[in-house]
Amino acid sequence: MTLLFLSSGLFLGWSLGANDAANIFGTAVATRMVKFRTAALVCAVFVVIGAVVSGSGAVATLGHLGAVNAIGASFMVALAAALAVLWMTKASLPVSVSQAIVGGIVGWNLFTGSATDMTALVKIVSTWIVCPLLSAALAALFFLAARSALRRTRVHILELDALTRLLLIVVGAFGAFSLGANNVANVMGVFVNAFPASTFSVFGLFDITTAQVLFLIGGLAIGSGVVSYSRRVMMTVGKDLFKLTPVTALVVVLSQSIVLFLFASERLQTWLLSHGLPAIPLVPVSSSQAVIGAVIGIALIKGGRNVRFGLLRRIAGGWVATPVIAALIAFLGLFFLQNVFGVVVQYPSP
Amino acid sequence: MPTLFGKTRLMESKLDQYLDHASEAALLFREAIKDYLGGRLEEFESRRKQVTEIEKQADQIRIDVERQLYLETLIPDARGDVLGILEHTDEVINTAKETLMLLSVQHPRIPKDLNVDYLELADQGCQAVQELVMGIRAFFRNSPTVTDYVHKVCFWEKEADKVGERLKRRIFESDLELARKLHLGDFVVHVDTLADEAEDVSERLSISAIKRSI
Repeated sequence: MTLLFLSSGLFLGWSLGANDAANIFGTAVATRMVKFRTAALVCAVFVVIGAVVSGSGAVATLGHLGAVNAIGASFMVALAAALAVLWMTKASLPVSVSQAIVGGIVGWNLFTGSATDMTALVKIVSTWIVCPLLSAALAALFFLAARSALRRTRVHILELDALTRLLLIVVGAFGAFSLGANNVANVMGVFVNAFPASTFSVFGLFDITTAQVLFLIGGLAIGSGVVSYSRRVMMTVGKDLFKLTPVTALVVVLSQSIVLFLFASERLQTWLLSHGLPAIPLVPVSSSQAVIGAVIGIALIKGGRNVRFGLLRRIAGGWVATPVIAALIAFLGLFFLQNVFGVVVQYPSP
Repeated sequence: MPTLFGKTRLMESKLDQYLDHASEAALLFREAIKDYLGGRLEEFESRRKQVTEIEKQADQIRIDVERQLYLETLIPDARGDVLGILEHTDEVINTAKETLMLLSVQHPRIPKDLNVDYLELADQGCQAVQELVMGIRAFFRNSPTVTDYVHKVCFWEKEADKVGERLKRRIFESDLELARKLHLGDFVVHVDTLADEAEDVSERLSISAIKRSI
């Protein structure tokens, strides 16, 4: 039964892997700089590592928004997010799993009468706007640095090719780690509170918490999406949407990876706080929107020609539409689950 | 780093060798024309054979580079451009070889007073090729500077056109037999083709450089 309830999260993880791996390795694979097999393997492995090692930060923020504590409800919230993503994708609208899951949690809050922590909500929503902007700024900066370095060093086209291939894999691995760390919250975040917290010893070597087991399962679900279905999406992202040179693609992946990392790293947050600096909120953000932000940042540096500003309006539209649709589906789904199937959707808070 | 760049360094040296051959073929072309016009036919034949040999070697290098670029899927974004540039540069070397071969076979009798113009025409073709070779080297290392070289190739091509036209007018205004006029005019076109071919490659090069600019 537990596995059945987890299935919606696993499906969400699989679709996230199938779609978002393309943001990291799409251009590299489509331009044949990196073989799909290499990309899929590196991506899947580092997604799992990122999810297990650094996944808890963004999960905690989602927990503040709404502590979904019954597994039946977790199932419905994840399913609502998955259906919202499916619907928006079919309508060819830019969609983010992060925004869908937030909508789902708010839907659960509304249905159960739990209060939505407005501070957490504002924190999350503001990162949706900051994420593409920050990604654009970083990409513009890296692009200028790369251009200046290439002009100064006069590296041969063949040496640049070899170096870019290597960096696409290294930065891609970092991107996959950041994706796992940041986005496993979308996949497994709503299940964490539904399982009793405990710690297991793995062959007496190290301890692993229930949450980490869930992150491992979520990471594996994302990894399976990468391996089984991301090739087509990579070709679409790499060839149809963005025609980037390999060096520009590297800049885009690096910017996106740093943004995802910034919004997921607990260590960085601790370090910033210990140095009296403002902490970056740990929130699941959209890798697609980070990529679009990075591409626009580079396009603006290049003079702003060919920037489809209509796309920005559509992204902004997605910020509103995705969570609203997910909240509605979650609300209706929870109603059916509770009243038709008699499934518990909330336990009283201790 | 040495392991990372080991294979690419070998390819780089092959590309450099290819461009050296293109440059040398153009220099030999000019010297061969000078020898022919000066009546030093033995030296002319020796240089002509050198150009033929260089063309063969350049062909082999080009085939090797093409094969390696595809087999190892190197520079996937610029591979088509690089192959296009190499293949068209081959046309330049071919033109030098063919023109010298026609001179050797047809042996046109060129009036002494036209020597200076023929030599100037050959020199301008050679200059255009030298600038082209430097432009291609720049494309591989520093693509924003390619336009400087492309501009010079165009300059020499236009100069060659002017000399070619002047030479044709002088030929057809002379008292020579019509058959000889046509024969000499034909050779003006042949010698002038070197600069034309260089300009064709430079146009491709210019577009490829724009595509490469990040």
